[in-house]
Amino acid sequence: MSDIKITIIDREGAEHTVDAPTDMNMNVMELVRAYELAEEGTIGICGGMAMCASCQCYVLNEDEVSLVEKNPDEEAMLWEAFNVKENSRLGCQIPITPEIEGLRIELAPEV
Amino acid sequence: MIETDILIIGAGPTGLFAVFEAGLLKLRCHIIDGLPQPGGQLTELYPKKPIFDIPGYPSVGAAELIDNLMEQIKQFEPGFTLNEVAENIEKLEDGTFIVTTNKGTQHHAKAVAIAGGLGSFEPRKPVIEGLNFYEDKGVEYFVKNPEQFRDKNIVISGGGDSALDWSIFLSDVAKSVTLVHRRNEFRGALDSVEKVQELKHQGKINLITPAEVTEIHGNEHVEAVTLSFDGGVSTQIIKTDYFIPLFGLTPKLGPIANWGLEIEKNAIKVNNALDYQTNIEGVYAIGDINTYPGKLKLILCGFHEATLMCQSVYNRINPGKKYVLKYTTVSGIDGFDGTRKEAEKAVVKAID
Repeated sequence: MSDIKITIIDREGAEHTVDAPTDMNMNVMELVRAYELAEEGTIGICGGMAMCASCQCYVLNEDEVSLVEKNPDEEAMLWEAFNVKENSRLGCQIPITPEIEGLRIELAPEV
Repeated sequence: MIETDILIIGAGPTGLFAVFEAGLLKLRCHIIDGLPQPGGQLTELYPKKPIFDIPGYPSVGAAELIDNLMEQIKQFEPGFTLNEVAENIEKLEDGTFIVTTNKGTQHHAKAVAIAGGLGSFEPRKPVIEGLNFYEDKGVEYFVKNPEQFRDKNIVISGGGDSALDWSIFLSDVAKSVTLVHRRNEFRGALDSVEKVQELKHQGKINLITPAEVTEIHGNEHVEAVTLSFDGGVSTQIIKTDYFIPLFGLTPKLGPIANWGLEIEKNAIKVNNALDYQTNIEGVYAIGDINTYPGKLKLILCGFHEATLMCQSVYNRINPGKKYVLKYTTVSGIDGFDGTRKEAEKAVVKAID
């Protein structure tokens, strides 16, 4: 069994705890799309290149999981994105691995 | 009025390849695109990134693929209406269409193929109260005519290539250029960053970082903006004639959402069992903009959809006319420009 649980609060405020596969080379943006938790066309617009910030999310339990560091592309995109907070990340830059079991995120508003 | 057989909306890879397939059927194409150059996302968002799933290319740069497609369709002489967004569609009694752009350019076509990808690119607008009010009254999202800013005070915000490049360019035109960015670091080509550094030292660009424009002031036109530091801990008001936020572009479905097409999940529903036609007879949707059961948003799928669309348009324009599929290797290609490409003929010659 290579699924972990991730909790996503969608843009309407509804909470979803979903099974996320760790063996499919997936990231959090793709997970949100796979479960259709944000309308198609409003998330993952650039396809996952850290170039649009449409998958921006707020990490709610950073201390409880082990997230990968931001790479320069993600940092630079977040400097230019809107509604950015201290705990902002781009979902497309967070790979689904056993280290993020129990991750809780909230999707940033659609821009 | 521009006359054509197939009016293609969107100059991305799918739209461009449609010109080739249409040309083989002796159908002419004209393409409308909101961006100033062909290529869509590939040239606008990631020109230098490689693509690995184009059949026959182990790796191809996004901009290079577009260059190749432009070369491939050249002999079919596609027309282009660039920098304009298709806004209105009207179906005439004879089944043809008139499509009008936001700038009023009219196109008359026998069929319309929407190859709009993710939609038309619109500027990302910062969240500032009253921003809409000041649009065209001192707030500009593009530098279309640099002369507009001659001897004016301007404030540019953003941290990418366009913010850097326009700050550099306008420092020679405007009375003063203030560049505001949320960080001290910029993401852009190294020489642009260095050039801004140099202009800052020369006092030709007033660089204010880390800061954010949070308010706009003025009665009928922008007169000043408020800059916030440290998330609003301190603020400063600076006088300016123009505020130019340059935060990149994001695609939106745009005016085609109001054309009476069946839309599902921000995409246009098409008949994938046959020809990628929409609910409006004669209007097709191909590439990333369409949806059907099992849809994959891949360039190679767009190529396939474009090909079937052209066949369907051919049958629509020439009802009942007999047609057999031709292979380019066998038949060669006759361009509308009079050129002919064909396989080299085998030589029949005796060997002594």
